[in-house]
Amino acid sequence: MTPPRRSRGEGVRTAWLVLRKDLTVEVRSLEIAYTTLFFAVSCVLFFAFALVKEGKAPEDGAAGILWIAIAFAGTLALGRTFERERQSETLRALLMAPADRPAIYVGKLLGIIALLSAAEIVLVPLVAFLFQAPLLSHPFWLAAVLISGTIGFAAVGTLFSAMLVRARSRDVLLPVLLYPITVPVIIAGVRATAELLQPDVELALVRFWVALLLALDVVFVTLALWTFEPLMTD
Amino acid sequence: MPKWFMPLAGLAGVMFAASPFVIASVRYESTMGLVQKIFYYHMPSASMFLISAVVCGIASARYLFKGSPRQDRLAYAAAELAVLFGAITLVTGPLWARKAWGVWWTWDVRLTASLMGWMVAWAYLLVRKYGGPGSDKLAAGLALFGMANVPFVYISVNYWRTIHPKTSVVPTLPADMGGALWFSFASFLLLFVLLLRLRVHLEEQRAKLDSLYLSLDE
Repeated sequence: MTPPRRSRGEGVRTAWLVLRKDLTVEVRSLEIAYTTLFFAVSCVLFFAFALVKEGKAPEDGAAGILWIAIAFAGTLALGRTFERERQSETLRALLMAPADRPAIYVGKLLGIIALLSAAEIVLVPLVAFLFQAPLLSHPFWLAAVLISGTIGFAAVGTLFSAMLVRARSRDVLLPVLLYPITVPVIIAGVRATAELLQPDVELALVRFWVALLLALDVVFVTLALWTFEPLMTD
Repeated sequence: MPKWFMPLAGLAGVMFAASPFVIASVRYESTMGLVQKIFYYHMPSASMFLISAVVCGIASARYLFKGSPRQDRLAYAAAELAVLFGAITLVTGPLWARKAWGVWWTWDVRLTASLMGWMVAWAYLLVRKYGGPGSDKLAAGLALFGMANVPFVYISVNYWRTIHPKTSVVPTLPADMGGALWFSFASFLLLFVLLLRLRVHLEEQRAKLDSLYLSLDE
């Protein structure tokens, strides 16, 4: 049974309410923010121990490690966000609410993007410091790469972690589902970031990767909005 | 099983037995020589790999939106074939690349996208096997993303500067090489259809058995 069609304004309001709810819950405990960040930072530290020798980091290493940390931390945050909804059966309540499913998805997605962006604000200077990478020499382009990459990663992640709430062994299955699909996002993100770290940055190349990331964002968000409704219906 | 199955299975057997002789009979490619002949198996299996992913995606979409269990069985069967033909593609490709490019593997756009599609097919099977109840829908969602990757694999060689040969190579082949290629292609297509039918049949039997058990319990 599909609910009656609602106006677009209501969809935006639903998305905003879901986002505000998630942020309020998160700000009160800061559980996901702290654990995710701690995990991401230890991840970067391990790589720094392993790869930085006598103050010299491997070429392009910083770009790869930044994105690995984002992907790992993102997986953790996605799992936790929906685990919280599952424990108190609130996802069911959310889905029973008279609201459009795609709007709920958008609200959840924005919450994840906000969390990951917060983690990136800490990770970027940390990676720049530990790997002596000039990450902040093109702040505008770096932000464009990170934001478009995070949207693509989170768009797929939100859809699958929402679906996995009811599945067995969901902790293992989330990476299994998520990583193959987000490979192009990670590749484009890493290549663009690596290009930004070059002494003479070729901005046309960065622009190309950002355009690819945006195209992937459009494909992933469209597919997710399209399938969220039937996937979340019993 | 339908009546056409056994005769066609016999035909497929004959065609595959004949294919090495057909391939051996055509001329050598002037620069690559013997190693070029891998192409006659590589390109058809890659095509079947992409076709499987598309069949799986379309069937999954119909299952998601219409809820027909028949489509779900078809999607499952197609996903297994995507893994199978993907494996053939990903083995024959590097064997050729080692001679033609000097490396087994390179992070070329088409290679990467193919590998990703193959991983999606594996993920589909893993989810169905270990996901527990409700995993059929989850897997169907995954299959849609897998299908979105297919046009990307296909056009990638024409839009990016990659080292993988372009799709425009095929129409420019001399007649005998083209003939051998399309003979191989037909063999693989026949094999694909037969395996798909066989696999769907198995799933149908399983579903029938399940419903029999259920009716026994009542």
